[in-house]
Amino acid sequence: MPSNITRPDQQHYVAPLEETPLVAIDKVKTDGKPSNLWIDAWNDVRKRPMFWISSVLIVLVVVVALFPGLFTQVAPNNDCQLSNSNAGPADGHPLGFTKQGCDIYSRIIHGTSTSLSVGIIVTVLVFVLGIVFGAFAGFYGGWIDSVLSRLGDIFFSIPYILAAVVIMSVFSQYANVWVISLAIGIFAWPATARVLRAEILRVKNADFVMAATALGVSRFRILVRHVLPNSIAPVIVITTISLAAAIVAEATLSFLGVGLPSSTMSWGNDISAAQTDLRTAPQVLILPSIALSITVLSFIMLGEVIRDALDPKARAQR
Amino acid sequence: MAGYIVRRLLQAIPVLLGTTFLIYYMVFAMPGDPIVALFGDKTPPPQVLDQLRERYHLDQPFIVQYLIFLGNIFRGDLGTSFSGQPVSEILATTFPVTLRLAVIAVFFEMVFGISVGLISGLRKGGIFDASALVVSLILISLPIFVVAFVAQYIFGIQLGWFRTTVGPGAPTQDLILPALVLATISFAQIVRLTRASVIDTDTQDFVRTAASKGLSRTRIVPVHILRNSLIPVVTYLAVDFGVLMVGATVTEGIFNVPGVGRTLYQAIIRGEGPTVVSFVTVMVLIYLVVNLLVDLLYAVLDPRIRYAK
Repeated sequence: MPSNITRPDQQHYVAPLEETPLVAIDKVKTDGKPSNLWIDAWNDVRKRPMFWISSVLIVLVVVVALFPGLFTQVAPNNDCQLSNSNAGPADGHPLGFTKQGCDIYSRIIHGTSTSLSVGIIVTVLVFVLGIVFGAFAGFYGGWIDSVLSRLGDIFFSIPYILAAVVIMSVFSQYANVWVISLAIGIFAWPATARVLRAEILRVKNADFVMAATALGVSRFRILVRHVLPNSIAPVIVITTISLAAAIVAEATLSFLGVGLPSSTMSWGNDISAAQTDLRTAPQVLILPSIALSITVLSFIMLGEVIRDALDPKARAQR
Repeated sequence: MAGYIVRRLLQAIPVLLGTTFLIYYMVFAMPGDPIVALFGDKTPPPQVLDQLRERYHLDQPFIVQYLIFLGNIFRGDLGTSFSGQPVSEILATTFPVTLRLAVIAVFFEMVFGISVGLISGLRKGGIFDASALVVSLILISLPIFVVAFVAQYIFGIQLGWFRTTVGPGAPTQDLILPALVLATISFAQIVRLTRASVIDTDTQDFVRTAASKGLSRTRIVPVHILRNSLIPVVTYLAVDFGVLMVGATVTEGIFNVPGVGRTLYQAIIRGEGPTVVSFVTVMVLIYLVVNLLVDLLYAVLDPRIRYAK
């Protein structure tokens, strides 16, 4: 027993207090870099090869869609020679010819912008509708929530591809990229709205919302400035994946013959036109399918990587 | 439990009304006069047109037409197809085929999806897990008609294992290939669900207890891990069953399966608007009913659902 602490009248041993100055405990760690969900996600994402593969592919697809002339000089529709029907690769025509004798490579290159435009328009539509419906339903609750959620249920109950089939067969004579995007997007938003609503319900009672309310910030401003930015992460994930789904939906509608008019360059149309010659000339069907699948795959991979980065549970299970 | 069922049924009513209204409104908005279209190139006398309009209630305002349509649906009258056959009669012959196809597809999903998901979850981060992820991502990215054509080409034409199109009466062996194609839609989702659930269960206390009791891994995996991991998977499969029944349109069309989907597919291809609409209505109703049943089943399986507000 250390005698220097025990006073003569003391009966029990008292351990010396190794006092830590309060200042040291309360000191905020400032030497590390500041971090938040998005910085953490970026640090996680950039270490994954899948992120870089999908990003490079997406950039490539976007460049092809914007500047098809950089990749091919052959006209996709004009220079078609029936004598080349379903022929294999030839000089200057690396992938061969379609049934109408058009250059497959050129048609794939020129069809890119159609698929990408539909994907982007649908995604913007779904994003906006999903945020408006989901945010108001989740944040304001009560009868607003009941009305908006039931409305979402109605649109959710009709599988969007079936709904788009009906809309497109009704408006077949107006079919173009905008109409088909509208037909897909108008029934595809409830999933996004549901995800956002659930996330907002989780966030809206957080301390920082209370603090903002106490400071007298208006409800709408709290929603826009505080709640939405903190509940947008799962929406980003589902949006990336919905872009891929929209591209597939356009191709499926075009394949069914209720999509874009056959004069529009579209992978779905080309795949549909090639199906009758599957036995004799499978490459005419397979090649645009590969282009379609690679584009869809790159968006799905990106969505997958973002999901892993933003969802701590998914990260732990990796 | 009874309260939950009543609440859920009541919730289904506005959705049912809303969906049928939405679909019906789209037909109503269809450009062109359907009665004139009935005669093709000929111009019938105006009296005939008026009488036909009256018979099909087209002279009534929209809301009255909708109520008549709704009443017909509840009496089981789903309208007639372009060829004059009642839709309900077509359904009676095609529905069992689609049902059989969906059952086989769900079976394949279960066998392949659950076993791949289980192995992936147990060997998290291994080579099998990584390749399963890549394969499932590729399968999600392939549109169903591409999968169908590739399968038709490889297994039907090149290898000759299956017939490329389904024969008369839709014998079960002909349905295997289309069912496999259908199963690829949800394969990735089931693998992912099973994997996540298995990883979750593997860290539970009762699994550690079983291991410390000295049970072998070959007993722990099927009895303790797999069985407890399957609840979310089984519910997903049930929902998926409804999606399959509805979503078989393209696959049935390509493989010529004489089911509900092919009938819809052909109506779309031929541009028979009204037939498309009555079939879509029926499919949405099937989808709604299946979802309702799944929700009720879920409440039976998981008490937390029915006690939650």
